[in-house]
Amino acid sequence: MKNNQQLYWKKNIRLILRCLVIWFAVSFGCGILFVDQLNRFSIGGYKLGFWFAQQGSIYVFLILIYYYTRSMSKLDKEFDVHEDYKLPRMSKVED
Amino acid sequence: MELKTLTTIVVFATFALYIGIAIWARARSTSDFYVAGSGVHPVANGMATAADWMSAASFISMAGLIAFQGYDASVYLMGWTGGFVLLALCLAPYLRKFGKFTVPEFIGDRFYSKTARIVAVICLIVASITYVIGQMKGIGVAFSRFLEVDYNTGLYAGMGIVFFYAVLGGMKGITYTQIAQYCVLIFAYTVPAIFISLSITGNPVPQFGLGSTLADGSGTYMLDKLDSVLKDLGFAEYTVQKGSTLNMFFLTLSLMIGTAGLPHVIIRFFTVPKVADARKSAFYALLFIAVLYTTAPAVGSMARLKLMQTINPESGQALEYAERPTWFKNWEKTGLLEFEDKNSDGRIQYYNDQNPDFAAFAAQAGWKGNEMIKVDRDIMVLANPEIAKLPNWVIALVAAGGIAAALSTAAGLLLAIASAISHDLLKGVFMPKISERRELMAGRIAMAGAVLVAGWLGINPPGFAAQVVALAFGLAASSIFPALMMGIFNKRMNKQGAIAGMLVGLFSTLLYIFWFKGFFFVADWAVAENTSDNWLLGISPEAFGAVGALLNFSSAYVISKFTTPPPEDIQHLVENIRVPRGSGLASSH
Repeated sequence: MKNNQQLYWKKNIRLILRCLVIWFAVSFGCGILFVDQLNRFSIGGYKLGFWFAQQGSIYVFLILIYYYTRSMSKLDKEFDVHEDYKLPRMSKVED
Repeated sequence: MELKTLTTIVVFATFALYIGIAIWARARSTSDFYVAGSGVHPVANGMATAADWMSAASFISMAGLIAFQGYDASVYLMGWTGGFVLLALCLAPYLRKFGKFTVPEFIGDRFYSKTARIVAVICLIVASITYVIGQMKGIGVAFSRFLEVDYNTGLYAGMGIVFFYAVLGGMKGITYTQIAQYCVLIFAYTVPAIFISLSITGNPVPQFGLGSTLADGSGTYMLDKLDSVLKDLGFAEYTVQKGSTLNMFFLTLSLMIGTAGLPHVIIRFFTVPKVADARKSAFYALLFIAVLYTTAPAVGSMARLKLMQTINPESGQALEYAERPTWFKNWEKTGLLEFEDKNSDGRIQYYNDQNPDFAAFAAQAGWKGNEMIKVDRDIMVLANPEIAKLPNWVIALVAAGGIAAALSTAAGLLLAIASAISHDLLKGVFMPKISERRELMAGRIAMAGAVLVAGWLGINPPGFAAQVVALAFGLAASSIFPALMMGIFNKRMNKQGAIAGMLVGLFSTLLYIFWFKGFFFVADWAVAENTSDNWLLGISPEAFGAVGALLNFSSAYVISKFTTPPPEDIQHLVENIRVPRGSGLASSH
């Protein structure tokens, strides 16, 4: 069980790092550091670097969070650490 | 119907809605008051988080910033959304699993130290108070501009509403009013945006309109046109970078980690039932935020183009002052647009008189300086419906939307302040044995006090109000964010390391901001002039939070290596928050 939990955490960390690499690449990479190079290309009326900085990075952020959430739900099930029980709603906390 | 009457009706109808929700969602326990009983659906929480996050600045000022800075304003777009990736992946799920009420409480428990908790409370209160002043001003300004009442009267009305639902309902009341406020503000933002996009590009989706050709049949792309119109008048091109790359990099990073470290946003994730819901909720929050944040660049650029084309109908042809449109006259009355006929030719010359390459051309044309002596950035969103010739009810809605954005953020901040006082200071440090009923009462009193202080600061805003936003993000980025990250991801991190790191991050950032902006924001006490030549590696005080965070991480790491590791039970605590199972309800012990 102990080992299992360590493996779960290790897989989680690997997933986080994968997502953060993309997070960094689209915003800091495409939107800031390589913006001039990308601006030589365009999609419609958008210069590509400008599009990443003002539109694209935000869409990619959304996809990343969605992907992470989906993958973690699967991982939670795989390692049997999910929260399968129903919680009482709006109940008082006994103090 | 007359605009003022219509606006009054719309604004007061939204207020009635908020009061109705507040009565329905009264807080009955401390859990209700601090975390809405941890029973908020992830989609609902996402919507509330979006309203909580999007302030008067996002609603009113951001598109204006983009309109005048063009590409360089991308730092706000990426910075204020990218932080949610960090929240969703690195903070929200684990802090939800920890299952307590406040951010300082996590820092205090994880680093087994009341000192750490108190340092966190101080950072939280400074960051939140500075932030709340801006919201209070936003409420006053919206009232005075749209309802033509006194600034203070508007502020009292706003305070009265927040007082009612925040004191009565705590987090529960705030959550459900924030959902209503999100609906009001997003509707008010997108409707004018759709119409301006239609009129300029013929495309009803602003996100696509921004990349489309103009509707005049010329086949020119909107952004290319804007670039050339600006260049013709000596301004910098819209889509081209003006500032330094390194500073943009650090400013974006500071805004991202500052966003992830702001307590009023983090505590929203304590309100969902499960760890998995905290992750989902972060997705919905960013989705609802993205609706506004991807629309804002379209609003900014199109409003700028419209403004330039109104004043210069043809290239090299300035508008006659007598022929200016009605919206121009309306905004002149407020003092936000000002014209001065410097060369007495009865026409409006609007150009960049700071550009030396353009001076010869201007002299030849007989221009004696830029005659639009004031073009307030905030006009870009507020005047948009008038420029796009939309009906009065849309303008009325924009007023209600601006007020909703300010109210929802103010309430979230006030809750963070109130819970830090009643839960972290009172129960956590001074009166650990206080009963739940009395703590709930203390929470309400702290909330009432926070509303009054915020209102007082809104009426007597300190001169430095505009500058302290850098401070709020700087402190969240340099002290709170690293402490939370290390608390979750570094099991070996101990109290000595964490406290030292927080203090190093806090004071280095404070010192850097004060160095250039004046100690305690007294301009005379600045050590060096606030120009890019003086900045360390060209990093502006606003962008220093990320450097402060790096100093925090590294000093904490070094000191923890040379001091005793955290006790066994703390290491178990860290292992426990890393797995979702067993989250249960948030509780005070």
